[in-house]
Amino acid sequence: MTQNGIVYTETTVYSPPEQYADQAPYQIAIIDLNGGGRRTVRIAGGDAVHIADRVQFVEETGGVPYYSKVAIEQAPEPSGSNP
Amino acid sequence: MRPVAVIGIGKTAFGAFPDRDLRSLAVEAAGHALSDASVPARDVQAFHLGNFAGPSFVRQNHLAPYVGMAAGLGKIPCTRFENACASSGTAFFHGWQSVASGLYDCVLVGGVEKMTSQTTARVTEILAGAGDMAGEGLAGATFPALFAMIARRHMHEYGTTREQLASVAVKNHANGAKNPLAHMRKVITLEQALAGKPVSSPLTVYDCSLISDGAAAVVLVPLEHAPRFHSRFVRVLGVAQTSDCVALDQKPTLTAFDSVRAAGEQAYAMAGLGPQNVEVAELHDCFTIAEIIASEDLGFVEKGDGGPFAEQGCTGIQGRLPINASGGLKSKGHPVGATGVGQICDIVMQIRGDAGERQVKRNRIGLAQNLGGSGATCVVTILGAA
Repeated sequence: MTQNGIVYTETTVYSPPEQYADQAPYQIAIIDLNGGGRRTVRIAGGDAVHIADRVQFVEETGGVPYYSKVAIEQAPEPSGSNP
Repeated sequence: MRPVAVIGIGKTAFGAFPDRDLRSLAVEAAGHALSDASVPARDVQAFHLGNFAGPSFVRQNHLAPYVGMAAGLGKIPCTRFENACASSGTAFFHGWQSVASGLYDCVLVGGVEKMTSQTTARVTEILAGAGDMAGEGLAGATFPALFAMIARRHMHEYGTTREQLASVAVKNHANGAKNPLAHMRKVITLEQALAGKPVSSPLTVYDCSLISDGAAAVVLVPLEHAPRFHSRFVRVLGVAQTSDCVALDQKPTLTAFDSVRAAGEQAYAMAGLGPQNVEVAELHDCFTIAEIIASEDLGFVEKGDGGPFAEQGCTGIQGRLPINASGGLKSKGHPVGATGVGQICDIVMQIRGDAGERQVKRNRIGLAQNLGGSGATCVVTILGAA
């Protein structure tokens, strides 16, 4: 589950659950995975993402998948990078 | 199946009550409903109690007999129903079923939640358990976050605006200010709503329903018995409960709830009615966007027109279709497990003509819509004058 994708929707959480109290505000998104299907992911620090932005897999920490925005000038990663 | 009637309703005030425990709230609502119905507690044949998270909020399990025995019920079946924010709507659906099927002649349905003894962060975490904790929950999605993502998508697809969302909050606060049992009886302006503290963008604190304590109850009997108990009994014309996947990211669209559409269609079919026949509605406005989407999914307006419908004042008490004349979850309060039955009590009050300053003019047919999670459960109930 390390496929890249496109932001379907997103939000920035200002009022976190107890578990993530020290991390707010943070952005999450539901992304359309390039290989099909959707997933709820965390957006890594840096650029905020918007609907239709391309995002790439960064890492998985504590079971949470982190993604970041793909800069427009940068060629998109090939889809389905997880063999 | 035989027709069923509501012969008694009872509610506590909704609010933050540090001196009240869960059981005393539920017993109070049950007592009001039984007294309204002129039914002695000993005549109740089954008790269905909706509650979302008593074990997490107040560390109490085994809630139905815990409440039922304190309410003076006999040694009857007492059962708790849990379906997130649709817990007591679900209890009502099953209570209706057991009377309609002929199994019982008198069923008490209640709902209760005691939430305010926990911090907001802890409440947020407990409520997140109504979603998929291994997926969206782990990623950090709170319930406001799930509905914020729904709102973003609705804004993107249909041009719904922040002002339209805020207009729902302004209207529900204006209505709730007229409700003596409401949690937050405070009129707000559009400017205030727009400038609210962000909770999960684009939603502010004014887009979110309240964390409340409270309870509600109704008494159900076969329609043919109803006139013996109450001169202004109310008929259950249609009721349906539906399900969908719990995780928001597994739904094909975020801007409509299939569970709401299906429950609406089934309840309309049972009642032999359509959305054009509904004269007053209580919709599950856990967030402002949820009221807008429900007004579309239930067929009151075309898809995407829910925002303008609210903004143009069509859903006010004097509007074409009053929605949440009670103040809704936004202002009346949202003690999660009590909400579904509470909505039914509010519609019964409207049909009886007992809603005081909140009374709508056309009040013969009312609809209550109770949503669980991000649409994994929906119960739609259509009620009509005798």
